[in-house]
Amino acid sequence: MLVYLIRRLGQSLLAVTAMAFLVFLGVYAIGNPVDILVSPDATQAEIQATVQRLGLDKPLWDQFLVFVGNVFHGDLGTSFVYGRPALDIVLERLPATMELALVALFISVAVGVPLGVYAGLKPDSIGGRSVMAGSILGFSLPNFWQGMILILFFAVFLGWLPAGGRGETVNVLGIPVSFLTLDGLKHLLLPALNLALFKMSLVIRLTRANTREVALQDYVKFARAKGISHRRVVFVHILKNIMIPVVTILGLELGSMVAFAIVTETVFAWPGMGKLLIDSINLLDRPVIVAYLMLTVFIIVGINLVVDILYSALDPRVRLSEVKG
Amino acid sequence: MTIVADSVEQPVHPKRVAQDSPVRRFARAFIEDRLAVAGLAIFLLIALLAILAPWITPQNPYDLAQLDIMDGGLAPGEASFSGMTYWLGTDPQGRDMLSAIVYGLRISLVVATVSLLCAIAIGIVAGMTAAYFGGRIDSIIMRIVDLQLSFPAILIALILLALLGRGVDKVILALIIVQWAYYARTVRASAIVEIRKDYMDAARCLALSHRRIMFRHLLPNCVPPLIVVGTVQIAQAIALEATLSFLGVGVPITEPSLGLLIANGYDYLLSGRYWVSVFPGIALVVTIVAINLMGDRMRDVLNPRLQK
Repeated sequence: MLVYLIRRLGQSLLAVTAMAFLVFLGVYAIGNPVDILVSPDATQAEIQATVQRLGLDKPLWDQFLVFVGNVFHGDLGTSFVYGRPALDIVLERLPATMELALVALFISVAVGVPLGVYAGLKPDSIGGRSVMAGSILGFSLPNFWQGMILILFFAVFLGWLPAGGRGETVNVLGIPVSFLTLDGLKHLLLPALNLALFKMSLVIRLTRANTREVALQDYVKFARAKGISHRRVVFVHILKNIMIPVVTILGLELGSMVAFAIVTETVFAWPGMGKLLIDSINLLDRPVIVAYLMLTVFIIVGINLVVDILYSALDPRVRLSEVKG
Repeated sequence: MTIVADSVEQPVHPKRVAQDSPVRRFARAFIEDRLAVAGLAIFLLIALLAILAPWITPQNPYDLAQLDIMDGGLAPGEASFSGMTYWLGTDPQGRDMLSAIVYGLRISLVVATVSLLCAIAIGIVAGMTAAYFGGRIDSIIMRIVDLQLSFPAILIALILLALLGRGVDKVILALIIVQWAYYARTVRASAIVEIRKDYMDAARCLALSHRRIMFRHLLPNCVPPLIVVGTVQIAQAIALEATLSFLGVGVPITEPSLGLLIANGYDYLLSGRYWVSVFPGIALVVTIVAINLMGDRMRDVLNPRLQK
């Protein structure tokens, strides 16, 4: 286990370093870094100071080490627009994005798993076929368009729910959250649904495929032969066994939810990191872009690491094959 | 004499084998499903519309001389002063939405197809090189693939475009970089299985060149899974391009794809002129659904667990 852990940790470090290098190359090597890191209306003295602080007169390799050193100090530059450290600005927006992603993840499991099990138990029924057809539609509808239609229908046409914003928030442990107030919940529902729909389709398809396979296994037949009720067979014998792959995929998909939140947040004007990224791209606020990228890379690599370790703890075959290979 | 006769008949043999190539078997199984064939028909129709755009649309939406601002914001089915009926309405500049959608489809499909072909080419070379030579080359290539696939495609594309700026060529480049890894992994997976088979040993014993073995013997047998991934990916590429354009980092305003048309109409959506945004959206969704219907069937055809 320890060998596996060390190897896996090494891989994660390598991934973060590689992405840091690419971001570094993108920002520093393509184009003039002075233009990128100093605001256009800076004076000559300010430019000189930045060049010295970042060591832009040194060779590229030295510069990369300086960049990494700064990253470890949490120094990712100062935002041109806000005039404050870029990392702080991104971190302030993190809770909103994480809340959205987690609620969306919850919705996609709460709706996707039951529908998938149903479609898997009755693959040829009308209901089962409709669920599958619906799931094709679910991952065919582009995220942003589906969000617009949700707004058009629920906010403009019916007028039930607000079209954007985050609503009223309460602080829990110093972190503002929306889901504890009625107003916040109203604001949260549409964006979360929007973000969830694609993953929901994925969960439905995955659950259905696994249910179909598991339902034919001998132990399920045996459980039925013993006279166990249908309900118990489904909820205990089948559901337990399909949850392992579903949980793994969902863990990995949390990272991609954070990335896809960019689209949802833009459509619904949700004040999270993703909207910040798009605003920063439009305003050419590059330190914030760099800070967003480094933070997201860190989150995604971190999630992958945790999922892999949990998975290998649950399933010894994984870590054994890794050590051998 | 009989020996001579046998050897004369020999050349007939490879032809019969060729008729039963993996691709043909795949195509036969594909056309059994009506929904998938419907998807294929819709997709071909859409592709045809896009190719023939200049000849079939009522107006060239980017020729400003043909636009009349007086026709701006007409609802679907309304006739203009000049007597022309706009079946899908017009945008506030008086642009016929039907024409704009067909031209937008064209750009969306061109971007997706060009990036698909380039990404497949790179993926094939990388994947087969990894599988064929193995060892260190394999592990280096696959490490890069794994690293890239562990990050969501939209994030990578967004970074690239934020650095490179807008442009059709830049979107294509970003899509190639995002997609090649999927093909490399697919090709490698099927090539590794094929390499262990006897015909590969036979080819090697004939002392054929590496290139000939890889492209004439190995590649044709790796094609079916590639078609499946390609179908799924082209739908993804169209959606991704639309998303990037919607976010304002994709194609430039002078060459609007469906995504950009939707984004342009977004401002009018809340004021009731729904058609400027909704119709391009429907065109986009129909295209993607048609492709996904095909992809879904193809995956089932290739899944050995579901074989009859």
